[in-house]
Amino acid sequence: MTEQTHFVEIRHAQKSFGTLEVLKDISLNVERGQIVGIIGSSGSGKSTLLRAINDLDPLTGGEIWLDGVQVNKTLPHRQYEIHINEMRQHVGMVFQHFNLFPHMTARENVTMAPKLLKSLYQAEADKLAEEQLDKVGMLERIDYYPSQLSGGQKQRVAIARALAMQPKLMLFDEATSALDPELVEEVNMVMKKLAEEHMTMIIVTHEMDFAASVCDRVLFMDKGVVVEEGPPSVLFKKPTQDRTRAFLRKHIEGAS
Amino acid sequence: MDIDLMLKVYPFFLEAAWVTILLSVLTAILGLICGTLGAAARLSRFALFRFLGAAYVSVFRGTPALIQLFILYLGGPQIGIQLDAFEAGVIGLGINAGAYMTETIRGAIIAIDKGQREAARTLGLSSWQATYKVILPQAARLMVRPLGVNLNMLIKATALVAAIAVVELTYTAQRYIGSTYKPFEMFLLAGILYMIIIYVTGRGVAWLDRKVQIT
Repeated sequence: MTEQTHFVEIRHAQKSFGTLEVLKDISLNVERGQIVGIIGSSGSGKSTLLRAINDLDPLTGGEIWLDGVQVNKTLPHRQYEIHINEMRQHVGMVFQHFNLFPHMTARENVTMAPKLLKSLYQAEADKLAEEQLDKVGMLERIDYYPSQLSGGQKQRVAIARALAMQPKLMLFDEATSALDPELVEEVNMVMKKLAEEHMTMIIVTHEMDFAASVCDRVLFMDKGVVVEEGPPSVLFKKPTQDRTRAFLRKHIEGAS
Repeated sequence: MDIDLMLKVYPFFLEAAWVTILLSVLTAILGLICGTLGAAARLSRFALFRFLGAAYVSVFRGTPALIQLFILYLGGPQIGIQLDAFEAGVIGLGINAGAYMTETIRGAIIAIDKGQREAARTLGLSSWQATYKVILPQAARLMVRPLGVNLNMLIKATALVAAIAVVELTYTAQRYIGSTYKPFEMFLLAGILYMIIIYVTGRGVAWLDRKVQIT
């Protein structure tokens, strides 16, 4: 087994649902502090790849490494559960549909996992909730329930919830796709702020402008393979592959 | 209609109504226990438990409750189960109600969006932690009304234990018909008392349902 040298290392990731192969031998490295965008049409496998990183959609082949530890290692069920729960504490995830817990206030959404997993005292937990919600501009709504918040506000609380576990890596799965257009910017602002703080992020997105402005590298995926990757200045301006060009052309037409 | 007769016998019916209420409460408790275990089995990671849960539901929903009561109370002694009529009534009806509640509880749990469990798991919660912190509090709110329907059915099903001579409302009505020859009045009286019990219970369920909803 080779030594892991990159912060996130995906080696020959392969994933099939029955006979349908959604990820075909994908390898990808992400360094600490890097921001990687993944673009592609729906069904290209980009969300599946992202969800494989914290084993939400387990791979059928290949390895995922994070900071020197293999995420998807082979262990008996009970040991694997302990291992994966520990791994996931270091990986924050933000979903397209927010998935906030509707029976908890913003404060409780943020503090539930740290209280349970890191045995914080109530005062520490409250301080944590205030810090994290302040960071995403939601401190004023700390005792609101998700049903009382707009989509953009919900997503900001969801980001605060993920950040409260002090993750080393943040995964964004189309974080703004379910939002009304006028609410996208407030979420993008929060993500930009994280980028400035050098949070390592992998971002699956449909927003080319946003990807171009925050990502160090962008991958274009199609039919389960990475067709092309590079810095946004190259990938968006001078794509080398026909499929990338077709996708970008369609996307720009679709947007205008 | 002999109103005077009804007024004369109603205290005895009231006493019988308390037996019906006690029977209902005990049946509901046993039903909830069986239903919770049944739902846990139906949703288990292990195929054997899933099979046992499914078998429980199909056997007890697939045969008449009256037959189940007869097998337990009348057939029981043959295989060494000695119960008095009241015990047999509670156990028989409780296990029967549990089969229906299994499906109610399971339904409420699987109705929770799977993104809820995913979000909890990505924070590092174990499967069980995700279940009791995130899934069950939401599912419990969803269950109140359908469990209320189960409760309504179960209260009416207690009338069946008249057939094994538990002195509850229906049996009392039958007994007074023997001496008064007034089936209309006696069954009407029993029916009114059942309706009061059902109405109060229904209001209680509606109140609880409102109370547990998230603002």
